[in-house]
Amino acid sequence: MDMLKISHISKKFAEKQVLQDVDFTVPEHAVYGFVGQNGAGKTTTMKLALGLLPADQGEIFVNGQKVSFGENPANRYIGYLPDVPEFYPYMTASEYLHFCGAVTGMDDRECKNRTEELLGLVGLSKERHRIKGFSRGMKQRLGIAQAMFNRPRLLICDEPTSALDPVGRKEILDILASAGEQTTVLFSTHILSDVERICDQFAFLHEGRIIRQGSMEEMKKSCKEAGFEVELEREQDVRRLLQRFPGGTPKGRVDVSYGQGAGLKMEEVMAWMAQEKILIRKIEKTGLSLESLFLEVVGK
Amino acid sequence: MSAWIAFWKKEWMELVRSGKFFILMLVSALFGIMNPAIAKLTPWLMEAMSESLQESGIQVGEVTVDALTSWAQFYKNMPMALIVAVLIFCGIFTQEYQKGTLILVLTKGMSRRKVYGVKALTCLLWWSLYFWMSYGITWLYSGYYWDNGTVSNILTTAALFWVFGVWVFCLIVFFSTLCFETSGVLAGTGMLLLVSYIAGIFPKVQDYLPTKLLECQALLTESAASADFLPALLVTVAMTTAAGVTGMFAFDKKKF
Repeated sequence: MDMLKISHISKKFAEKQVLQDVDFTVPEHAVYGFVGQNGAGKTTTMKLALGLLPADQGEIFVNGQKVSFGENPANRYIGYLPDVPEFYPYMTASEYLHFCGAVTGMDDRECKNRTEELLGLVGLSKERHRIKGFSRGMKQRLGIAQAMFNRPRLLICDEPTSALDPVGRKEILDILASAGEQTTVLFSTHILSDVERICDQFAFLHEGRIIRQGSMEEMKKSCKEAGFEVELEREQDVRRLLQRFPGGTPKGRVDVSYGQGAGLKMEEVMAWMAQEKILIRKIEKTGLSLESLFLEVVGK
Repeated sequence: MSAWIAFWKKEWMELVRSGKFFILMLVSALFGIMNPAIAKLTPWLMEAMSESLQESGIQVGEVTVDALTSWAQFYKNMPMALIVAVLIFCGIFTQEYQKGTLILVLTKGMSRRKVYGVKALTCLLWWSLYFWMSYGITWLYSGYYWDNGTVSNILTTAALFWVFGVWVFCLIVFFSTLCFETSGVLAGTGMLLLVSYIAGIFPKVQDYLPTKLLECQALLTESAASADFLPALLVTVAMTTAAGVTGMFAFDKKKF
């Protein structure tokens, strides 16, 4: 079953065409990476799915229910984390989560239990101060907790890691990966390594159009066809390697890269180097990374 | 129902923890006490200044004050008190738009009508509490020092000013559904007030304008009759209702 179906959506702001015939589906229990440069239209797509903006054309369905602009009943299935979540600064994290539960109609006891559970999950259970003193990372963690509060069927996260330091990023990705076990996650970002780490499907949005979509598995399969890189211990061995296996490109003093076009198998090169007692520091498949794929499809 | 109550509690918590509650109560009490206090102190001040005034050639006669002096002072001060309240409440929607706090509430499935209703009612309730507390203090002190019975139409006069305030607060709510910035809300509200003032120059329409209600203190001395304010009152109530309903529909379709 498709948890989110975005069907031929177009959106224009004044004269600027922000989205054009955007069409993709997010299956249930997927962690879906929605990738695009800044200004590609990711946030607009998410706001359309939340009923915060009207679409010029097309339809959106969440859990089978049509999204309507304004009063949007489909929002009861959604948890939303904006890129920079802002909360009422005079509340504590616990008060805020309790408030989130109450506005969705939960009873007092359920609110209390869920608050404790989620504060523990995001590592804020010992935090007693008001939100106004929170760091950006703490706000992001609280943002995830509020988005997951009413056990949404679809968790929409708009660039949740882009403003964080590496430690904060790792924490948020870990939480999102574990959230993916219980719900469906649509996760927008321009950080491709984050998508590689936690997503199982992806779509590239470029200048308001979906230019590539698929599963991470399919993308990884295509890596098998790709080349490899060798880093040797001694400089003189680079010459020997290139004499024996021409077609490689020296990429530094002791590095050689063999692309897909070289028609070589990595194991063949490894066997020869072992036989010739050539010391190697590193040998790895380079293949197609999401980043190289993205750069290729956007034509950069 | 729990969403209503939760959002209602949140609005009150915001007022208390941001200090707005104490400012409003303090200003209301201050404006309430100031009116009888100024009236009470006027003879003493005049007496203290009489010598220097006499040297300047101004003869100071015996100054008599009564409850009417206190109530006249009340209506001199109330426009200022209204401005203070407007400045405190003008960001009730726009601050949430700018910070993005309302988006999280709306995307949880909370009805826009409930958000609008709670915020509009908060404004109405606070204006009422603020105004009638000030009125109550002036009434108590004026009654204690003099006799409120000597002043006509005390309650009717106050009710007319309160309705004027309700109209102003309704305009704030209405413009908050159209604008994203507090400056837009203040400009829209200020412009409508200005239009009402300027239109007052024309005798044919002046009796129908909301700003006519600001002349309500004429009722205290019976220099005007209650019926003189009826057209302005009806127009103000109709405009308030129209602004409230239109604002609700505008908020239903507000883009975030």
